[in-house]
Amino acid sequence: MDLIFVNLIDGLVTGLLLFMLSAGLTLIFSMMGVLNFAHASFYMLGAYFAFQISLAVGFWMGLLIAPLIVGVMGAGVERYGLRRVHQYGHVPELIFTFGLALLIEELVQFVWGKNQMPYEAPEILQFTAFAIAGNAIPAYKIFMIFISVIIFIGLLWVLTRTRVGMIIQAALTYPKTVESLGHNVPLIFMGVFGVGTALAGVAGVIAGPVLGTFPGMAFVLGSIVFVTIVIGGLGSLWGALVASLLIGWMTTFAKSYNFRMEDLLSSLGFIKPEPIWDSKWRDLWTITSPQIADILPYILMVLILIFRPYGLFGKRDA
Amino acid sequence: MTDQLTTDPAKPAQRMRAGSMTIPLIPWVVAAILLCLMPYIFTANSAITIMNQMAITIIFALAYNMLLGQGGMLSFGHAVYAGVGGFACMHIMNMGDFFSGLPLPFLPIFGGLTGMGLATIVASFSTRNAGVVFAMISLGVGELIAACSVIIVVFFGGEEGISGDRTYGLPFFGVEFLQQVEVYYLIAFWLLLSAALMYLYSRTPLGRMANAVRDNPERAEFLGYSARWVRFYSFVASGFFAGVAGALFAINYEILTEENLNTTQSGAILLVTFLGGVGFFFGPILGAIVFTLVQTVLSLQTELWGFYLGIIFVATVMFFPGGLAGLIMMHVPALRMGKLGRLTVPYLKTLLPAVIGTMGAAALVEMTFHVRHAATGDHEMTLFWTTFDSHSLTPWLVAIAVTTACFAITRATAPAMLDAWNDANSADGNVK
Repeated sequence: MDLIFVNLIDGLVTGLLLFMLSAGLTLIFSMMGVLNFAHASFYMLGAYFAFQISLAVGFWMGLLIAPLIVGVMGAGVERYGLRRVHQYGHVPELIFTFGLALLIEELVQFVWGKNQMPYEAPEILQFTAFAIAGNAIPAYKIFMIFISVIIFIGLLWVLTRTRVGMIIQAALTYPKTVESLGHNVPLIFMGVFGVGTALAGVAGVIAGPVLGTFPGMAFVLGSIVFVTIVIGGLGSLWGALVASLLIGWMTTFAKSYNFRMEDLLSSLGFIKPEPIWDSKWRDLWTITSPQIADILPYILMVLILIFRPYGLFGKRDA
Repeated sequence: MTDQLTTDPAKPAQRMRAGSMTIPLIPWVVAAILLCLMPYIFTANSAITIMNQMAITIIFALAYNMLLGQGGMLSFGHAVYAGVGGFACMHIMNMGDFFSGLPLPFLPIFGGLTGMGLATIVASFSTRNAGVVFAMISLGVGELIAACSVIIVVFFGGEEGISGDRTYGLPFFGVEFLQQVEVYYLIAFWLLLSAALMYLYSRTPLGRMANAVRDNPERAEFLGYSARWVRFYSFVASGFFAGVAGALFAINYEILTEENLNTTQSGAILLVTFLGGVGFFFGPILGAIVFTLVQTVLSLQTELWGFYLGIIFVATVMFFPGGLAGLIMMHVPALRMGKLGRLTVPYLKTLLPAVIGTMGAAALVEMTFHVRHAATGDHEMTLFWTTFDSHSLTPWLVAIAVTTACFAITRATAPAMLDAWNDANSADGNVK
């Protein structure tokens, strides 16, 4: 029972982190119809910038400045890159962001090298917040949850309760009408792209000390983020939240409880072949849940796509 | 072989050409003769290794372009079909009794069928949409299968992969494929065969419908064709040829690992195809040849070749979406009018400084990298056949001066080149 609480918190941290990435991605998608392949790369840039800034002026300034830089870079990419490629169609746009992801990874290796950076949580947060049955919960995890929840509430408030949010929502559905009402729609698009990438930057700043700041960090998280928004339904903010939490909890629980395929097959009445190491089915019999934890999201995605192609909360066809 | 696959309805002449079913023979004969003669021109073992790699990449890139260029479907996990085809062939090679009765040149058929089988399964649920959804599914499935390679050890061999021995097969007219040259001819034969089949496929009504569905799925549906099934068939055919490429990889290298399946490999084939040009049949061929050469040469010269490649790729997407093939085909109208010669001098005036300037910029990048990442105390570096101290001022000044000067010249002469371009592309009599 106690272990369940620990896992719930761990899963929540992973899920909210995923959500901070997928929220920006899904917003950008519903706006421009383009999936930003380089989204996770901006997350990586956030971590690296924050590391560099934290060397000079400390963690908190990094948390403040790094996302701003990343957001400006994102807006620049939209203004000078995507807008240019947009005229060729959606597929070249996707290829462009894919190329950008490659380029950013190479750029990071060029500037910071291939090794992991010694980027760490601030000392003020390096203590145990509380313990559940001997399992210490570090304060930094609580801090991560706190930041993510604040950002989520803030985002929701801006999108649904403010004038700017109303205009953005209108521009998502009827860009032409909004434009003829006198709003600068390309500027709105650029702004949302910038804010989306800045969110990814924030995720990078707070995840860097926990998950490690290294050139492969974008790649590790990148494809999971896409899976998340496909499962949640492309363009749906609530879907992104639900899918992120689902994936976060699913992988955490699969990793910490050792379910074995052997038990499942035995309980279904199959007889274990002997000797097991010589059997054709040995891989099936020896599968354990920690082993397949990382591919569970992909399996879930394939299932969702077969049975509910628009995702959990998706309404419209992409 | 060179005619344009994207037809412009505004040009009746082109429309006529696309509709006609004449198949040019000459390029194929030339290609066949060239393929036969290559080992006599480049006799070194390393050259043959590179040519084998090139041929495999060409087949794979052509198969990929059946999706991307002809069907408008962007796949981020196509290495999976090649990889699984290769793994299947490796298992056949390890099946002693069966393999000893099978001549090696027939092995790629099995690889192709395996790739096709897997493609059939995936296509059954992924071809409902083209575009972004298709791309995401292909990525997810690709990641899934790549991750499975560590879990399903029986088939994928886990981390170390599986290896086999091609020489256990039934001798084919006395040839046992012990030597690299013999393998070369096997691969060359399959290259020609698959390229020809893929070309013929693009000329069939089905291949033409793939183009139609790419450009306007709605209209194709109104004409009574199911966009989904057209995509499905393209995907399955592409899976077959990708499997053939994987099989040839298995035959050539006799080992397959997780690396043949993963996203990096899938990204590389996208890079190759797009750099070559997706709009023309010969684009991917060009891309594969240039990419393999550049990879071999550049990766020996510099650690940063991935960085340069990334820049080239992004620049291609932004400024030359037609790729290399598109660049070449841009000059056909000028050639037809016999005015290509007029472009030579302006091109030299602009592009030569541009190339030197780019090399200067690359030198700056290399020097920065050396200063930042070389071992402490190691100040000596060699660049463009000169050895110098990267921490002294002179090489920096020289590189900056050369780069700025050359780019300034490029900038100054660019308008003249543009004028020459317009002149060469307008019929005589109405020159501005």
